[in-house]
Amino acid sequence: MLVVICIIGAYAYYRQLRYGLVVTAMRDYVSWGIYISNFVFFVAISLVGSLITAILRLSNVKWSTPLTRIAEIIAVSAIVMASLIIIVDMGSPEKFYNLFLYGRIQSPIMWDVIVITTYFFISCILLYLPLLPDLKILIRHKDKTGSGLNKLYRFQGSFWKGTKEQFKISNKSINILCILIIPVAFSIHTVTSWLFATTYRPGWDSTNFGAYFISGAFLVGAGGVVVAMYVFRRYYKLEKYITELHFDMMAKVTVLLALVYLYFNVNEYLVPAFKMKKSEEAHLSNLFSGEFSLMFWFAILVGMIFPIIILLFKKGRKPLPAFITGIMVVVGAWFKRYLFVTPTLLHPFMPMEDVPLSYKHYFPSWEEWAIAMGSLAACLLIITFFARIYPIIPIEETIMEQNEELEHAHEEV
Amino acid sequence: MGCNCGNNGGCSSNSRRDFLSTGLLATLAAAGCSTDNNPFVPDEKPALTGEKVRLLSMDGEVIEMDRAFLKPVPDLPRVSNAEERKGIAGKKFVMVIDLARCKNLKKCQTACNHAHQLNPGQNWIKVLSMEDNENSSKFWQPTTCMHCDEPPCVKVCPVDATFQRQDGIVLIDSDRCIGCRFCMAACPYSVRVFNWEENTTIEPVVAEQHYSCETSLPQKVGTVSKCDFCPDMARKGELPHCVSACPNGVFFFGDLNEDTVTNGAETFRFSELIKDKAGYRLLEDLGTKPSVYYLPPVNRNFPYENGLETQAETDSLNSTK
Repeated sequence: MLVVICIIGAYAYYRQLRYGLVVTAMRDYVSWGIYISNFVFFVAISLVGSLITAILRLSNVKWSTPLTRIAEIIAVSAIVMASLIIIVDMGSPEKFYNLFLYGRIQSPIMWDVIVITTYFFISCILLYLPLLPDLKILIRHKDKTGSGLNKLYRFQGSFWKGTKEQFKISNKSINILCILIIPVAFSIHTVTSWLFATTYRPGWDSTNFGAYFISGAFLVGAGGVVVAMYVFRRYYKLEKYITELHFDMMAKVTVLLALVYLYFNVNEYLVPAFKMKKSEEAHLSNLFSGEFSLMFWFAILVGMIFPIIILLFKKGRKPLPAFITGIMVVVGAWFKRYLFVTPTLLHPFMPMEDVPLSYKHYFPSWEEWAIAMGSLAACLLIITFFARIYPIIPIEETIMEQNEELEHAHEEV
Repeated sequence: MGCNCGNNGGCSSNSRRDFLSTGLLATLAAAGCSTDNNPFVPDEKPALTGEKVRLLSMDGEVIEMDRAFLKPVPDLPRVSNAEERKGIAGKKFVMVIDLARCKNLKKCQTACNHAHQLNPGQNWIKVLSMEDNENSSKFWQPTTCMHCDEPPCVKVCPVDATFQRQDGIVLIDSDRCIGCRFCMAACPYSVRVFNWEENTTIEPVVAEQHYSCETSLPQKVGTVSKCDFCPDMARKGELPHCVSACPNGVFFFGDLNEDTVTNGAETFRFSELIKDKAGYRLLEDLGTKPSVYYLPPVNRNFPYENGLETQAETDSLNSTK
């Protein structure tokens, strides 16, 4: 299924390469469309890696250990797709190398290239290092994994002997990377928000954008993890490791993040709406009650307010309702990203005149939908492949965690 | 467009004439002692016809010379990409658009589209119907690239594909443009145009040429384009196409350093014109410092309604696309 969506997306991209970006519905006014929305979405969801792995780890939260790998793999696959979709959006992707030949550091795009590459590599290492002890376990169980996979595991992890020295180095590296990844994670999404905030346009011209985007990113990331937790738990029968406690805790985290994000939304919309500057007025009234109002209120209600209400109740934090709310958060967040990009572009300072009629509206063409959905499918595909090959629960760390808990229990007794 | 040797200070007409005649003599002398491998020497000595022709020199001087010397001159040699990026030394180009004279004829647009061989539907010059407030009356506003001194588009370009030259003109190097369209999002005047599809209007001869930033030809699919102030014309000492195409003399073009602007028929001191007529720039508060000035639509030559017919035509054309 995912493969089919990817293939349709690839075919659509072939058409786009052949005929130019004319196959999209983007035109001179709406010069960025759902590709860029998708890019923002991917960057946003990839932030969760740093949230679960780094922030919770550094604040000594123990319950999140079994979730670290899920979070990290979501982060890596999303950031890969973010880089790909930005190339898809380029009108002349064959000249991509110019970024390295003539790159100018003053452009926020260059900042994005730099921080996203850095984030990708740190995330990869953060995925790889905790995997090493698990690879050792996997290599030992050759009979269960098959010889093909065994070769892969050996190639990746045979140098790991599990000595004290190695654990020391590994743990130290992980700790350093966990600290490093936080500013980098903040950067990727701040810089992404600056792609918009460094322009003059109503709806983008905001000093609030960095924090606004980051809070939104953590929310969608947390939602994504809840969804992934539920799916993996069901599919791989991991009820023993991903417990109801995990859903309860993640749901609480989600509520907190949703409240923070809601706060930023209030700032972002109500303050300009209070003043109703002429340039902002058209944009805002379009969101509140115009063409985009349905999507706007959907994103606000389904993406934030309903999840907050549901997850405030203990029953709402059970696996299934939490899973459904997670989906609501993620879907709401996708539409929110759509609203970041398109409505603003439809409200330029100069009136939209002397252009073909099609320039004044935007609804993505089938090629755009196919490519956007293809990229989402590809992201899920990477996650699935990974889950097939590697343990989705960090075995070693979880065992250690449980041992520690047992010891604690004994001590208490 | 002014005197070429003006930068060096006073050049009396006598000295210029002397210079010209010595120049001609030198050419003749060179022709006399021609060597076979000198490509600049005419193949054969022109036989003087005795028939004199009066010509206007590059400096605006009327000179007389024998018809035998008249030869079709090839176009100016193409300047290199590095030279195109540098711009014309000592110049600072400005445009003044007199809104009182515009009646939305769109001759500027037609000439511009033709000269730059734009795809149908693409307009570098847009004539916008503007209204300052509800009690004020509407007016027509031709909108070109503002060629800002603080160009937001240049700031955000990741590959230096759009750049500003020493003469103030902001251009695009299509060979470098990766088509990210950040400049389009950054431009508050929405003047940038994207080549969404392969250009179909372009002449085959031009399409084969190497891209020139100054002519903005040939346009390439997947890159951004916009009004370029016709620097190729400026190099030839001619006015941009929109300026010469406008029958109402709406557009004035000139050099800030010389403090003159002209629409071909009339020439003004730029500083006086802007002061006298309260010239303004669009979205001044953004701090982009445009090089295009507007004279307010007061004491108009035409009522707004005169432009509605053209507007209806373009609207019906646009609605079919």
